[in-house]
Amino acid sequence: MSIVLNKEMQAVEFVKVTKSFGPMLAVNAVSLSIRRGEFLTVLGPSGCGKSTLLNMIAGFQTQDSGEIRIEGKDVSSMPPYKRDTGMVFQNYALFPHMNVRDNVAFGLQMRKHPKHDIDTEVAKALAMVKLEGMEARKARQLSGGQQQRVALARAIAFGPKVLLLDEPLSALDKSLRSQMQVELKELHERTGLTTIFVTHDQGEALSLSDRIVVMSKGEIQQVSKPLDLYRHPANGFVASFIGEINAFPVADCIVANDHVRFAFGENITLRAPRRDGQPLKTGDKVNLFVRPEHIAVAGQPDNGDPRVTGRIVTHIYQGTHTITRVTVPALGLVELRVEGGDIIERRPVGSDVDLAIMLDNAVIIRS
Amino acid sequence: MSKFNWRSFLFWTLIAALLLYMTLPAIVVIMASFNPGEVLSFPPNGLSVRWYIKAVTYPDFQIAFKNGIIVAALASTLALVFGSAVALLVSRYYFTGRGLLETILSAPLIVPHFTTGFGFLLLGAHLGITQTYLIIVMAHVVLVLPFVTRAVYVSLQNIDPNLERAAANLGASPIKSLWRVTLPLMLPGMAGGWLVATILSFTEFSASLYVTASRTQTLPVAMYNYIREYTDPTIAAISALLIVITTLIMIVANRFLGLRKILAIESH
Repeated sequence: MSIVLNKEMQAVEFVKVTKSFGPMLAVNAVSLSIRRGEFLTVLGPSGCGKSTLLNMIAGFQTQDSGEIRIEGKDVSSMPPYKRDTGMVFQNYALFPHMNVRDNVAFGLQMRKHPKHDIDTEVAKALAMVKLEGMEARKARQLSGGQQQRVALARAIAFGPKVLLLDEPLSALDKSLRSQMQVELKELHERTGLTTIFVTHDQGEALSLSDRIVVMSKGEIQQVSKPLDLYRHPANGFVASFIGEINAFPVADCIVANDHVRFAFGENITLRAPRRDGQPLKTGDKVNLFVRPEHIAVAGQPDNGDPRVTGRIVTHIYQGTHTITRVTVPALGLVELRVEGGDIIERRPVGSDVDLAIMLDNAVIIRS
Repeated sequence: MSKFNWRSFLFWTLIAALLLYMTLPAIVVIMASFNPGEVLSFPPNGLSVRWYIKAVTYPDFQIAFKNGIIVAALASTLALVFGSAVALLVSRYYFTGRGLLETILSAPLIVPHFTTGFGFLLLGAHLGITQTYLIIVMAHVVLVLPFVTRAVYVSLQNIDPNLERAAANLGASPIKSLWRVTLPLMLPGMAGGWLVATILSFTEFSASLYVTASRTQTLPVAMYNYIREYTDPTIAAISALLIVITTLIMIVANRFLGLRKILAIESH
């Protein structure tokens, strides 16, 4: 049987999906389309509803209202075993009474494939995760990383419509995690499987995804490509959740022809060039978010960036760079990032320092 | 040279005393069983196996042993079927009356055995089945069911719920998931529950006293009838044999099934 699939067809769609557990609203009117072949990450803190989204695609949980479609078909009343989704669980959930081969073959057996087909497909899936020749091992004889690979092979072996990954890397140690990140990406490129990846780790999200969905309190905050998400967060939550960022107190805008001034109280005013497409007007109250790499110790020749003076509170040396915390009157605690350890030697804790704040890349959000 | 450790000495003395106290009745019976004399006495004044020979050749004990095996096998197997079904229902499904079912199942721990036996005696008389194995098996199923259910329930609770989700995710219908995933993982619990039930049924006395007849009496009842008439150490010998056989079964079970897991002393 072959179906001609519309290339524009969405792999998974949420239409105004809401789900609550008792009084707790886990997912609130979420609408989202996941394209075929896309690697989409759902990112958010624990309890934001990201796992509930995944469980509703797999059918382990049923939405209270709204519609979920897989390849255009409403699956709302379809039991999990008919949905053709391949899930990798956080704890892998390998069948402990079966060997690797039987674990990976399970989905194929359930679909009544002939035995020689199953053997071929199992071998193919195991090769895909670099576990050739491990068929006879029991699940508990494998290391964490190997179990992870078997779980992946099991989830892709039967050719699911969508691959669901529920924080699959969180149980691995750091070096193994970055290795598996690379392999996940390669696997996605080789198989072209639509992949939905749930994580609370923004680093993983930024490095793996075609698009990222940021969730908080059951609602989608932003859907963007990784680069856009980092550069143009839609709101304060996204700005502070993706990477490190300084959140300045609320400022008053004063708009002139070629620039905007942001006033923090009586004494501090920061000046930035006017940007296209930023409809700010005098009297607006805004929140400014500035990344630590966009704040520097001011050099002698003034290059025009607005300057403030603060006192160094602490240096956090990180090898490649140093994070320095400075208290600035009216701005509060400000973090800046300086390459190497230079600033530690030159500016002791407690000394005053002039800072240049580069507002060109600042995130400005109306409050 | 290491210093004498008082704390460790006290600890092990206490443990040894406790173990001695727990096994004392068995030790006394086993010692008395080797007594060469005609009268039960302790401590023994010699060493002889004559009462063991008497015990295994005594016709009443032979019949009662066979009866006990038949009853224990039937009762524990029936209890295993019901108990596993109930454990599955209670641990995997929410339904009205779930709490009530749990209470009814633990009722035999509250109702005295002789009350259960007496009840089945009256029932058996009404139905005209007092002389049959059926009435004994019925009584024993009630008595051992909570233990089987408990053992299976614990092993079910120890199964990672994600395993059943994984099975469903891979395309297994609820029946297939039960057959391919849940049931294989329940097996150690079922085997352990069945074994405990068999031993409990085989050694059950107070309910059996009501529901057995002279042709259908089980071993503990036959032993009781023997000791009412005779005072020789045969009874000690048959008791010692029971203790040894039960111990051996438990050792083998522990070796192959992991009794600690079944009794929920440790999880996973």
